[in-house]
Amino acid sequence: MEIVVASAVGVLTAGGVYLMLRLRAFPVILGMAFLSYAVNIFLFSTGRIAIDAPPILNNYADVPYTDPLPQALVLTAIVISFGMTAVLVMIALGAFLEAAHDRIDMTGEPDEEDAAGTEREG
Amino acid sequence: MTEGGGFLPIIAMLPFLGALLPGLMIRAGRNVCAVTTAMPTILALVMLAILAPSVFSGEVIEAEIAWLPALGLKASFFLDGLGLLFAGMILGVGLLITLYARFYLAGEDPMGVFYTYLLLFQGAMLGIVISDNILLLLIFWELTSLSSFLLIGYWKHLPEGRQGARMALAVTGGGGLAMIGGMLILGNIAGSYELTEILAETEAIQASDWYLPALILILLGTFTKSAQFPFHFWLPHAMAAPTPVSAYLHSATMVKAGVFLMARLWPVLAGTDAWFYIVATTGLVTMVIGALIALFKDDLKALLAFSTVSHLGLLTMLLGFGTPVAAGVAVFHIINHLTFKASLFMCAGIVDHEAHTRDIKRLGGLASLMPVTFAISTVAALSMAGIPLFNGFLSKELMLEEAAHTTWAGNPQIVGIVATIGALLSVAYSFRFVAHVFLGPVRDDYPHKPHDPPFGMYAAPALLAVLVVLIGVFPAATVEPLVNLTAGAVTGQEMHMHLKLWHGVTPALFMSVIAVVGGAILLGLHRPLDRLWIAMPRPEAKVIFDWIVRQAATVSGRIAEGTHNGAISRYLAIFTAATVVLGYLAWAGGGMAPATREMLPIPPVVGVGWVMLLGATLAVVVMHRNRFRALVLIGIIGLMISAGFVYMSAPDLALTQISVETVTIILLLLALHFMPKETPRESGPALRLRDAVIALGAGGGVAMLTYAFLRRDFSTISDFHLENSYSGGGGTNVVNVILVDFRGYDTFGEIIVLGIAGLTIYALMEALLAGPASRRLRNWDFSRDRSRDRHPLMMVVATRVMMPIAAVVGLYIFLRGHNQPGGGFVAGLVISIALLMQYMASGFAWTQGRQRIEYHSMIGSGVVIAGLTGVGAWFAGQPFLTSAFGYVHLPPIEEFELATAALFDLGVFLAVLGAVMLTLYSLSRIARYAGETVNIGPMDYDPSQPPEEMAREEAERREEEG
Repeated sequence: MEIVVASAVGVLTAGGVYLMLRLRAFPVILGMAFLSYAVNIFLFSTGRIAIDAPPILNNYADVPYTDPLPQALVLTAIVISFGMTAVLVMIALGAFLEAAHDRIDMTGEPDEEDAAGTEREG
Repeated sequence: MTEGGGFLPIIAMLPFLGALLPGLMIRAGRNVCAVTTAMPTILALVMLAILAPSVFSGEVIEAEIAWLPALGLKASFFLDGLGLLFAGMILGVGLLITLYARFYLAGEDPMGVFYTYLLLFQGAMLGIVISDNILLLLIFWELTSLSSFLLIGYWKHLPEGRQGARMALAVTGGGGLAMIGGMLILGNIAGSYELTEILAETEAIQASDWYLPALILILLGTFTKSAQFPFHFWLPHAMAAPTPVSAYLHSATMVKAGVFLMARLWPVLAGTDAWFYIVATTGLVTMVIGALIALFKDDLKALLAFSTVSHLGLLTMLLGFGTPVAAGVAVFHIINHLTFKASLFMCAGIVDHEAHTRDIKRLGGLASLMPVTFAISTVAALSMAGIPLFNGFLSKELMLEEAAHTTWAGNPQIVGIVATIGALLSVAYSFRFVAHVFLGPVRDDYPHKPHDPPFGMYAAPALLAVLVVLIGVFPAATVEPLVNLTAGAVTGQEMHMHLKLWHGVTPALFMSVIAVVGGAILLGLHRPLDRLWIAMPRPEAKVIFDWIVRQAATVSGRIAEGTHNGAISRYLAIFTAATVVLGYLAWAGGGMAPATREMLPIPPVVGVGWVMLLGATLAVVVMHRNRFRALVLIGIIGLMISAGFVYMSAPDLALTQISVETVTIILLLLALHFMPKETPRESGPALRLRDAVIALGAGGGVAMLTYAFLRRDFSTISDFHLENSYSGGGGTNVVNVILVDFRGYDTFGEIIVLGIAGLTIYALMEALLAGPASRRLRNWDFSRDRSRDRHPLMMVVATRVMMPIAAVVGLYIFLRGHNQPGGGFVAGLVISIALLMQYMASGFAWTQGRQRIEYHSMIGSGVVIAGLTGVGAWFAGQPFLTSAFGYVHLPPIEEFELATAALFDLGVFLAVLGAVMLTLYSLSRIARYAGETVNIGPMDYDPSQPPEEMAREEAERREEEG
């Protein structure tokens, strides 16, 4: 089981990093989403893996509970990562609408798309 | 805290609090504004006067407020003789400057701004002189640099003002940085950051190997602040400031801050060879060079500026001598310099104000036109020259006496001779100030016909001139106790200096006579000497400074351009690779404990989920160019992760993950509508290989790290939460109780962040639609990807049916959250999905028209409700966000629980719902801009409505109207 979780974190991280290093905004957003998954599972797993031990108190029997703290932290992290993704999406969308391309790097000579964008702005 | 110590923090805070007022009071007029500005100063002076008797009886008043004790940072203040003298000078002159500035500033100068800056500066200076903690002192020190920057650059429209302010900030701020280092070293040697304790550690500090570095760094700070050679050049350029600023900053306060600190640290730093040779020599050189340049400056204020440089050199030299008597003389001269220099600055300002020029070569003969100003200037200038009966004579005489007794590198005469040359030059420029401005024939080509200013303007310099004479004639009766007290505080020993006019025939008397006679002769020769001076090549400090700044900017620019080429993907690659390498190094360092936990078995269903997760991830990576397909695949990943959470005992996370997943994908789909649907292939095989290697390195590292800690036991603080969740928080769902109770503060912060994210998106969109993007949107072409069946009947009906069900589910999840999986976060997301469905089915505008509550206010009320719930705890005498709960029994229903936590959760619910919906709203506005039509009915074909044609006609009619 530990190998499953660890490898899932690893694969999601690798995929996330690879997509993050692409040159267009959309794959970068996908990459950030992947990294959020990976980080959330990573944080969650600091409470170690426990099966059939949800942190819901049982008043009738003495049963084991998993560590609730990482869960609480990850719960808010999931919601916040949604907020972050939403802002990123909106920035990417804005950049695309302003510049007519969604390239993330700002190097070299302005090419056709850029030129078209600046021309229209001017 | 000693008796009366409570006043000290108030004294330090008063100017800062007062700084809030002038900006407001200027609306009530200039006089009211000036009076308001004077109030905090007067109050602080009164408090100082209350404390003064205790200080004179030898007491040291202390006050201490713990701030960051772990860092050794305390807001601790103390007041002894030295602090009292400086605080009195700062406040007293501050008051006079307030009066003077009221009359000096022209109608178009924003007076409220000026007084605000002035009070800020005054507060920073006061803080320096009464701080006990040196970290606190450093904060105030930096504040003086910043506030003086504002003051010097007050006339923003003048390039000289801006350049002067920048130069002053660069030089004094740079020195301040060095001083931070020096002070930290000093505190480390002494083992305390309290001045009172550092001052008792003289032997330990002087014996330390770190003494010399600390000394040099601290002196860099004080020399730059007090304009010592070779850092003197900023001071004359700072004269571009309005004259009240020059009079305040450059006679009494800012430039004295360096001298103050040398005096303050005199007991621990002085007395060594290093101190003597660095400080005394610098002071001596500065004194002579400053005086020499002053003699040839034609700008009245520049003359005074270089004279100030010279006098600061004199003070530095006296402190550098390292003998208690010399330190006492320095204290005496600080007082004297303050009186005559502030007075002279204000007189220069009056001349400038009345004659509209301060170029000496265009002035002369003002004595008969401005008799009052002439009288005041003459008294002050004669004191500056060191003529008997004026206070400058007394301290200059004592200075020459000390210089005559000082041996420099085995030579007993050199200091005395050079000091006499300095005094001689000083006499010459002082005489010149009077002779070339006021004496001589009356001219007929003044830029403006000069006459004496109103009383309010010359009151302040006149008062100082009276002080000059009083101290000069009756030193023992006026300032002797203060000088002895302050000198005692500087040197740490009882001082019994006797100030008197006649010391008998001493070497100093001869030196004085030589200086006065030589100075007068030099002035007589001024015309040919001036021609020679102008013809002579001189190094221009400003040119050198500008060159250095330019070079630094060029070099930094090259470095920045070399490393930051604008390619974000490159930075990210470097960053990730570096992190992987660092992680590897940490691992290679060893220290891993052996595994302690047994592996859990992998059931087949988990294996299936794992394969799906991996398959979907790989598929996204490989096929990410087709963006729609990538989004669909991401849905699989989110689903598998939710399932994983269920399996691994985290039902709350599963619920949250799956609802967030839904919302995220809807959002991305909507955004994708306006973005390219394909990602072009841009990176070559080499780049992709590089990225793959980095990605695999990062993934492998994280996987190994996760695996490593999953196999090892750990200690947790969660036992507390599990034990107290029901008894203390009233809920059995421990995760929810942690969110709304134990760590309610975090959650409160979190919903605020989420709300800010929603508002940010809204604001971004607002800015976007105002820019060129709106034009692009107006010409948007939907023809390719528009569906002909935008609002299908089936979907509309289905979502209408589902709406109440989803709402009930949301309510249920919200209510059970405290005891069972669920809660405000999940409920907010579920409800927003239910609403999203309506928007998708019937179009945004149609649905929005039926929306009663604004999303902005929903976010706001959510945060407010959560906050008020927390505040409610105060009324029960509990800390913020303490929750309370009780059990209620209403007859037809079973017993149920009422908890304030539910109210808090309601706030969370509203904030989440508002933020999600506001995001969607922002996206939909783009669609509206792009010309998407607004449907009148809820669906394209509505069987319950009149025939299709009529509806369409109506729609077209309305569209034309709208």
